Amino acid sequence: MANPAVQSAPVIGATQKMKSKRRFPIFVAIGVVWIVAMVVIALSADWIRPYAITSMDLRNRLSMMGNPAHWLGTDELGRDVMSRLIESIRISLLIAFGATLISAFVGTTLGFLAAYFRGIVEQLVLMLADFQAAMPFLIMSLAVLAFFGSSLTLLICLMGFYGWERYARIARGLAIAASGQGYASAVTQLGAKPSRVYLKHILPNIASTLIVSMTLTFPEIILMESSLSFLGLGVQPPMTSLGNMVGYGREYLTRAPWIMLAPSFVIMLTTLSISIVGDWLRDKLDPTVS
Amino acid sequence: MSATNLIEANDLVKTYISRKGLFGTPTHVRAVDGVTLSVAPATTLGIVGESGSGKSTTGRLLLGLEEPSEGQVQFDGRPMPKLKSNAWRQLRSRMQLVFQDPLAALDRRIPIGTQVAEPLDIHAVGSEKERKDRVETLLQSVGLRRDQASSYPHELSGGQRQRVVIARAIATNPDLLVCDEPVSALDVSIQAQVINLLRDLQETRGIAMAFISHDLKVVRNISDRVAVMYLGRIVEEAPSEDIFRRPLHPYTQALVSSVPVPGTALKDRIILQGEPPNPAARPSGCAFHPRCAVAMERCRVEIPAFVSVEAGRKAACHLVPATSET
Repeated sequence: MANPAVQSAPVIGATQKMKSKRRFPIFVAIGVVWIVAMVVIALSADWIRPYAITSMDLRNRLSMMGNPAHWLGTDELGRDVMSRLIESIRISLLIAFGATLISAFVGTTLGFLAAYFRGIVEQLVLMLADFQAAMPFLIMSLAVLAFFGSSLTLLICLMGFYGWERYARIARGLAIAASGQGYASAVTQLGAKPSRVYLKHILPNIASTLIVSMTLTFPEIILMESSLSFLGLGVQPPMTSLGNMVGYGREYLTRAPWIMLAPSFVIMLTTLSISIVGDWLRDKLDPTVS
Repeated sequence: MSATNLIEANDLVKTYISRKGLFGTPTHVRAVDGVTLSVAPATTLGIVGESGSGKSTTGRLLLGLEEPSEGQVQFDGRPMPKLKSNAWRQLRSRMQLVFQDPLAALDRRIPIGTQVAEPLDIHAVGSEKERKDRVETLLQSVGLRRDQASSYPHELSGGQRQRVVIARAIATNPDLLVCDEPVSALDVSIQAQVINLLRDLQETRGIAMAFISHDLKVVRNISDRVAVMYLGRIVEEAPSEDIFRRPLHPYTQALVSSVPVPGTALKDRIILQGEPPNPAARPSGCAFHPRCAVAMERCRVEIPAFVSVEAGRKAACHLVPATSET
């Protein structure tokens, strides 16, 4: 995956289209590789984890990085940081993927409903979107989690409400534009039912915009989950997530910084990779840019 | 009107409400103002007029794509079903629209073969195999190659795209085709191909057509009857040859004289004075009187009725005497 980037540089005199097809910048390549690695780790967590996440090695507490038994060191209870990191990646990615999909689905559906029915439905959806945008999401999550307690399902569903208003606005705007003129009105004119117009024609045409929007929401959800876990309202021990590790590791920041640094590093690289790849994807999917 | 007409429109009115600024008083714009027309099977009615004369809106009203504010459209003896009802959707297989901009009317992410098959899918015509064969026949009948079914709209030329749109429009064997400026976005050389294609299709399939255009040469070529619209109203309607040979209404005379004739100098032409009409501020009396060279006092106050003036001809002008026959 990284190789085409090297080849792309000396293309001279090729057409604009050829250039953009071959271009595969090095950062994008790194980002893709990192994301793939994260997904592989998340999927195979049970097999590649050297220790169980709760197993304690009491003779090796707060052990430094580079210890032959614990490469990334251990925490204050002698739990292996690498095993916990692998499990955290799985939980955090699960939350982020689940929440992004929920958010995209809810937002796009509401946006399409607003575009199709117009009138009162549209007003209602827009009002909800404004309400969601005006309210600090963290405060709302805190309130919900404080009331209902925290479980992984609830957390995913709650995070799923993050950013839906953006999809709703995008989907509504693009669907109205499409059905006002052009291909969608042409298909309506052929006698197609609204479900066909929206799912077979409008959705594929606006998918690129929505996908890019997802790559923007995804890192934000990882960060949001990290913040909530850091505050102790997200993933509950003994389960672990990236933010949860950062939160509990902060007490040992001066004596054992590796507990906190490893998950911080993963959060940073993953969000950065997805942003870079998303940015690149937007240029790729938009025919007017190439 | 006789019962043999495929589609009849009676006193169609379409009013749009426009508002200037946030607190401006809404003004009602009558884009189409009392249009009565009909199209018989296997004939073509040309609708001509300037921009803003309401010809496209008339086309959309005929197809039932918009609900008229007043008046009604009868298709095949039955009133037009309610917009976007099931009956309305089913009726789409019998009446189709050919668009002005074929690139906009096609989905750029779907191969054209699939798009031509779409009306067949929607109206559940035939089996999978039959649809595939039908698409091939359709593409051939509009002069596209069979292997072009897998190409995307942007890979085709403008004329080819319009052929795809026409192939899609005739896929369900419609009885009525409304062509809304189908050639005005095309090169002149390609215009002729598309016009000939439409004529051939009409001959072989007996499709009735409403052909909307501002290009008089094209309209003259394809139409059996022509209706001239001015500011939302039909001012003259007559058989194509008659109206071009001997226009009666002053506006039609101006239009016809504006067509350049090869080899003759541009003199003896009626050049219309004044601004194109604004439907929001309709002049009193005959809407054409501010630009009319032969306007009288009566034209300023009295709206001329759209009446029969000769056999098969109707006009709305005080200067053209009405006849008693209908």
